[in-house]
Order: sequence, then structure tokens, then C-alpha cells
Amino acid sequence: MSLRFGIAVFPGTWSDRDCAHAVELSGAVAVPLWHADRDLKGCDVVILPGGFAYGDYLRTGAIARFAPLMEAVQEHARAGGPVLGICNGFQILCEAGMLPGALLRNASLQFRCQPCWLRVERASSPFLGTLQPGQLLQVPVSHGEGRFYADEETMARLNAEGRVAFRYTDSSGQATAAANPNGSLESVAGILNERGNVLGMMPHPERACELLLGSDHGLQLFPAVLQQLAPRSG
Amino acid sequence: MTLAPASSPVPSAAELRELALTESEYQAASDQLGRVPNRLELGMLGALWSEHCSYKTSKALLRQLPSSGPRVVQGPGENAGVVDLGGDLLCCFKIESHNHPSAVEPVQGAATGVGGILRDRFAMGARPVALLDGIRFGDADDLRQRQRFARVVEGIGWYGNCVGVPTVGGETYFDAAYQHNCLVNAMCVGLARREQLVRAQAAGPGNPLLLVGADTGRDGIHGATFASVQLDEAAEGRRPAVQVGNPFLEKCLLEACLELVGDPDLVGLQDCGAAGLTSSCAEMAQRGGVGLEIAVDQVSRREAQMTPYEVMLSESQERMVLVVRRGMEGRFQAAFRRWGLHSDVIGRVIEEPIFRITDASEVVASLPLQVLVSGFPERHPEASPPDVSAILAADPLLRTPPWSAAEAWLRLLASPNCADTKWVWRQYDHQVGDDTVSGPGGDAAVLRLRGRSDALALTVDSAHRSAPLDPRRATAIAVAEAVRNLACVGAEPLGITNCLNFGDPDRPEIMWQLGEAVAGLADAARAMGIPVVSGNVSLYNQFEGEGIPPTPTLGVVGLLPDLELRLGAGFRREGDLIGLVGPPGAGPDAVELGGSEYQRLAHGVLEGRVPELDLEQEMRSAAAIRAAIEQRLLNSAHDCSLGGLAVTLAESALLGGLGAQISPPLGPTGERPPGWSVAALFGESQGRYLVSFSPAALEEITRLFSDHGTPFQNLGQVGGSVIVVEGLAEINLAEAKAVWEGAIPERQERPWSAGA
Repeated sequence: MSLRFGIAVFPGTWSDRDCAHAVELSGAVAVPLWHADRDLKGCDVVILPGGFAYGDYLRTGAIARFAPLMEAVQEHARAGGPVLGICNGFQILCEAGMLPGALLRNASLQFRCQPCWLRVERASSPFLGTLQPGQLLQVPVSHGEGRFYADEETMARLNAEGRVAFRYTDSSGQATAAANPNGSLESVAGILNERGNVLGMMPHPERACELLLGSDHGLQLFPAVLQQLAPRSG
Repeated sequence: MTLAPASSPVPSAAELRELALTESEYQAASDQLGRVPNRLELGMLGALWSEHCSYKTSKALLRQLPSSGPRVVQGPGENAGVVDLGGDLLCCFKIESHNHPSAVEPVQGAATGVGGILRDRFAMGARPVALLDGIRFGDADDLRQRQRFARVVEGIGWYGNCVGVPTVGGETYFDAAYQHNCLVNAMCVGLARREQLVRAQAAGPGNPLLLVGADTGRDGIHGATFASVQLDEAAEGRRPAVQVGNPFLEKCLLEACLELVGDPDLVGLQDCGAAGLTSSCAEMAQRGGVGLEIAVDQVSRREAQMTPYEVMLSESQERMVLVVRRGMEGRFQAAFRRWGLHSDVIGRVIEEPIFRITDASEVVASLPLQVLVSGFPERHPEASPPDVSAILAADPLLRTPPWSAAEAWLRLLASPNCADTKWVWRQYDHQVGDDTVSGPGGDAAVLRLRGRSDALALTVDSAHRSAPLDPRRATAIAVAEAVRNLACVGAEPLGITNCLNFGDPDRPEIMWQLGEAVAGLADAARAMGIPVVSGNVSLYNQFEGEGIPPTPTLGVVGLLPDLELRLGAGFRREGDLIGLVGPPGAGPDAVELGGSEYQRLAHGVLEGRVPELDLEQEMRSAAAIRAAIEQRLLNSAHDCSLGGLAVTLAESALLGGLGAQISPPLGPTGERPPGWSVAALFGESQGRYLVSFSPAALEEITRLFSDHGTPFQNLGQVGGSVIVVEGLAEINLAEAKAVWEGAIPERQERPWSAGA
């Protein structure tokens, strides 16, 4: 039986179709999950995709965290189920308290859509299991509010616990200011929760699943989950 | 039912001006109605008879445009042109202006321009898959222009990024002639299955009319009429005529409408654009040959005490009207509710072809649709050409070049019109949808079509700078350039959409420009066999008596037979040969510096002959380029346009990160007049492509171009760290990169407080 990836659809979500495409390319089944339902429809993995959920009114992700679906997502995560938040999904995870820190307006004060290099910092997560620390992935970003921020204590803890999943680097793996598209603290591009089953990242791996579109490095996030969960789902 | 008495029997001249109606139009309306229209009716007539809605000035001219062809499913007149891509898939596209609103309120003006063109697409049942834009501003160094530019880009990006439709291409141009009238033209391309195509018509008397989306407010009242008069110092005070966008609501409307497409109980769907409910409903009824009755008191409002006049003429954004089968309204309303959208049943279809408005059961307006939609008298303002013979006869080479050739080359690369536009498009999500194979920055954008081997190619191009001297040829040049841009990626043109941006047509020279430009578009489209399937006219781009240069902007959609064959503009391999395809230009008999970007930068003038254009040769050359691409003979192809051969060469070098060395092309033999070198480098002779290819392919390529009756010469080779035109100029690749990439960001990052 194929693994089922639930893809959340909030009003204003727009990378749901792209995520479904990526999931299908990696051989799994994509299941849309409507924001007003509390039902994960038996999904093994949940993706909170990019977009502007509920118009991102108040703050990015601030309203989406109250969606009925998010109760089921929280429960799923508490039970150790994998959750991947991409872009707006990462913002929602932070607002929901499932990940620490916040995502602020880009330092440039402009929206940025561009290719980025990500350095894998940690591999102990269902999403990163087949990746090696230090490995570089080319994955684009597309956001106006992706500048990761956390207070000193939280950042120190994230580092000490090895919960920074990716940093923005140049093509040689150096985390330079020029390679940081949004001014993120310590070039953070993605972080994990304590258990490692919830990953939030601003870059869009679903846009990097085919060489035709510039890179297929993003596809590596999906087989990792498949491998990890395959025995469980039989 | 009786009609409420007219509030004022005869409106004053000032009142008529406010409604953009002339006294003779008022008289025509009264004659057709057999009575005096009341204030509300007058407002509705003013909106629908405005140039923006009626094309009363341009209609006669636009009839010349060829609009049919084997692939054309829908020509001009509906929400967009539609061409058949084969295999049951249709491509719908249109370009529209939002110039006046963007001049007054750049962020919202540009954003709502994008919002409107998006709604046009999904109103037809098509999913919008790509946005492009053509934007023009005044002097790029001027503080106010820099702000306006930044804010227009912000507005376009904000709306498209939020809705999740990629902005994949466009054109940016600066010239002091657009100082008071910026141009913001937005194009949207949508895809639909043939059976999903929805018509924007009302039918079936008794069927209910629904209004869904935003509540109706006082924003944008007189937007259509505002767009049909000149801007003046008081334009700032018209800010209430600019609408405010809500892309979140739009995204919900888009998804909800696309879910309903194909529903047998959906009779017609239309967006509320210019002139709001009045225009959308009247046009739906007129197309369906029925009438409509609207109860304004049933329209949900944003503000209290709105009058029927305000409700009917509001241009509040993110609203759609639909006609559904009687008894099914509840089901549709529930479908909208699922997306958090409010809808009202605001009226019904009636048999009589009348547009009737009631307020608390009292009839407040009643106009025959024939009068309202097509009763406007067509206008045929006098057209007469300005005397430009002396300007055309001037020899541009008599002016002393202010710079060395190398310095001029770098200055051109630093001109925001030639420079790298990444500063613009990195603010646009150009990837969402996962179909953008080649995004902004190339000759044409390429989008894959799911499950097919062919692909869409899209480009936006405007008339050559010499348009004020010869609008006919300058517009034909835009068509040829678009065809070249498509050919460079390997695509064949399928259809054109056009946005005609002009000054005040009541001035004879402007009416002449409009007529000539339409004739040029018709000439080229007919000669090259491309139907013009949709369009929009933006007149009165004028400030204190000064009109903009004639600026027809074209959006052209092409089909690439095999996605795998797509080509880029950048050099790919060290050691490749560089060839010039097409007439060499700039020879002693064809020194074409007139209207060039060089002339603009170096001398700040427009003079000399307009570049020659040979449409038959253009056809042969484009076919040859496509054939060479199909036979995998080329490694790059780039259209030779703004900035001439030197800038084209530098762009291919910069895009590929490789230097290049060429000799100047050989022209017809003879004397080289003084200044020849400048024309050889920077002259904008038409019909040329710069290509690169493996040395092993030289013989085959030479034969291919010869077989296609297309001039071709091998000019040089890719490689090294300099870009050289032997004997004329040399620039350093790294230095060129710095000025080309830096030109726009450097200007935009200057502090706003520091002045010009």
C-alpha cells in the first residue's frame, strides 16, 4: 500500500497542487485535507503547503493555526507523525507553537523568488533520513516574510540540540550574508521540533523535484519519509 | 411600473464632463430613449459609452485586424481571445491596461490591474497559469519615477504572488515621455478544457442573477470614465476612483468558480470589471439577447446609505456575477459559502431586452440594452499626420558621438532599458504551479503543458521607439520582434492580444497615430498569419496637453512543438561559433541609427529614418531559426533588438557567463560613411538574430539558412573574458556584468530622501 501524504488546503493556500505533484512523483498518494475538517483521512504524513492562508491577515499563519484541521495535525504530531511545513506552512507551525521562533518580513522588505543553496545540518528526522549533514541542496525560495528569528536562548537551544535542519549557503556551502535571501538569523532555512518529526522550512522542495524545472534535489525529502515509514504502513 | 422622475432635466456641461459624455452623446441618448435619461441612467450610459467600455473611437479601426484562423475558437468581443492548442485544450489570453489608476495610486492601481485580468480568465472557466506585464515609466533617475516604478512592481507582485499565479515575463521601459503617464499593462494566460469554457451571457427568463465575492463599496466609482479622460494636476484628488484589491478573496473566488465550471446549471459567468455591475450585467444580457432586472437593495454593501447610482457604478474588486438555472441558486450559494464567500441573489433574467433597476420595488432606471450597450455614436475624430519629414530626413550620423564606442557600449548596458531586470522579477513568484520551464529574463517564457510534449511560449513586446515618426512601421516591428522572440526559444506564434496605449484621440495627430498603429498591426499580423484575438484600448494617456508616444503593447502566445528542444539566449560553450542570421544591417546603404536606444542615451533625440522592415524575410528567418532548433543545430539564439548588435552580443555573453569575439558583419560593399562604426554596433536594424553553435555544425547551418532564403554569416567565437567587436570596441566581461546587473538595483537602492 502506498504511503498517504495529506496536503492541507486553507483558503489562500497555493502550493497544494505543486506539493501533490511532488508527492506523486515520489510514488506516494496525495490526499487533500480541507481546513474546516478535523480529519486526516488516514494520512501517514501531513504537509502544510505554501500560500497565504486566510489572507495572512494579522500575521502570517496567525489565523490558520486556529483552523479545525490544525487540531488533528497537532494530535498527529504529538503521536510522532511526520509534519512538513513549507513556506506559509512553516509560518503556521511557528504560530501554532509546534516550532519555536518566528518568521519576520524579509530584511530587504521585498518579496524574493530565487534559487537558493541549502546545507543539510542534521539528518535525524524522518524527512532527512537519507541526507548527509553537509550535503547541499538547490531549492528555491518564494516569500516576503521568511526571515527566521528566535531569541538568544531559543537559538542557542536549537543549535545545541541539533534542530537546525538547513541553512542558506552559497554553492560551496558557506553560509554568507549574500547567500541569505531574507536575513534569517544564523542563515536558518529550516528547523525541527524536539522529536524531529516536525520540520518547517521556508524554501519550496516541491518546486525542485524535476531537472526540467532547474533542480530535483527537493525530491530527496520525500523518499526519506517513505523509507522511514514503509515498514510501519506495511 | 413607472419610472422615478428625472432628478435634473438637463445636466450641465460640467456634469456631463464628469460622466465623460459629450453634449451630442447626451442628445443621442435622449433621442434613442425618446425621453431625457435620469441621473442614474446617465451615469450608466456614461460608463458604458466611455471609450474604456465602448471602444467608440477605436472600433472602426479595430475592424481591420485579422482575427480568424484555424486555431481561433474565440476572437475579440468576449473576455479573452481563445486559441485551440489541440487535444481538447484551449488557451485563453488577453492584455489590459491599468494606466490611469497606477499613475494615481501605483500599488493598488497595478495590483487591481492584475486582479481584473485574472478574473477575466476564470470567468471563462480557464485556470490562470501565467501573468506577464509591460510597464513604462519616466526618467529612471527621477525620484518620483523610481518610487512609482518600485510601487507598481510591488503591486503586481503582491497580487500575483498572493493568488499563486506565476508572473513569467514582461517588459520594463523608461523614458521621460512617460513622466506623467506611466503604463501598466497586464496579460493573463489561462488554460481550459474545451467543454469547460463558460460564456459570459445571460439566458433563460426567470433565471436568477447572483453576485458573489466582495461587498459593494464606494470605491472605484467612475473608474471607467476616469480612464477615459486626461490626467491633470487634480488627478491626485481622484484617488477614490482607484479600487483597492484583496487577492485573498480573489483566490477563493477563483477556486470556487473553477469548481463550478462544467456544472450544467451554470448558465453564464462574468466578472465585475470596469463600470462594475452596470457593465458586467448589461453585457451578459446583451450577449444572451435577453434583459435583466436588478434589485439594488439586494446588493450587500460595505457602507450605509449608498445610492442606487453608487451601487450600480461601484468598481469594488473581487466580485463575480452569474446566472444559474432557476431553483438552483441555493446550491450555488452553498458552494460559495464553503470558500467563505458571500453571495446575493440580486436579480433575474427577463424576456424584454431591457436593463431595469429597482430599489425597494420602485423602478429607478430602465434602459433598452440596445441603447445602453451599443447605442453610442461611433466617433471618427479627425486624423492628420504631423509633419515629420525634416526629422525623418535628419542624418543621425552627423551628431558627434559623446563617448568612445566602448564607453557607449557600457552605458547602454547600464541603461535600465537594456539592463538585467532581475530586480523586478525576483519580486514576482515566477515558479508557482511548477510549470515554468524558462521564466523571466529570456526572449520568451516557456511553460510546459502537463501530459504533453509541446509547450507554451509567451512574450510581451511594444512598438519601436520611432513610433511617433512612423507608428505603422514601428507597430509592425513589434509584431516581428515578438515573432523573433518566440522563434528564439523554438516556438511558432498562435495569436496576438494587444493593448493600444495612446494620448488624446481628439488631437488629430494622435488619432493619426492610432490609425497608423492599428494599420501596422493589421499589416504585420496578416503578413505573418497571426490572428489578433483580443485587445484593449487605453486612450487619453495625456498630461497638460502632452500625450505619450504611441505605445501599442502586444502579448503573443506561441507553441513550442517539443519542450525538449527549447533554447536559451545565453552562450553555452566555449569555442562555439557565433553567427548573425538575417540581413546584416548597418552597411553603408542601411545605417539605421534612427530611433535607437543609443540615440536616446547619447543625444536625447528621436530623428532619422525608421528601421526598414521586410515581413517576408522575417517569416523566412523565423522559420529557418525554428528549423535549426528542431534539428538541434543551435546552442543559443537571441533576438537582436534594443541596443543593436553590441548589446545583443553582450547579453548572450552575460547570460552564459562567457566572453565572445566577433568581427563586424559585412554589409553591401562600398564607402563607409562617418559614424558607420556606431551604427554597426548600436543600430537597431530589424530582422536579425545572434546564434551560437558547435563549429562542427557550421556547414549544415550555412546550408539550412541558405535553403530558407535567409542571410547568414559566421561572425566569431564564444570564449575568453572580454566581449569584442573587432576593430570597433572591446569591453571586459566582468565589468559589463557589474554595470548590467547593477543598473536597476543601484538606482532603486538610492535613498528616496536624496532626491533625483
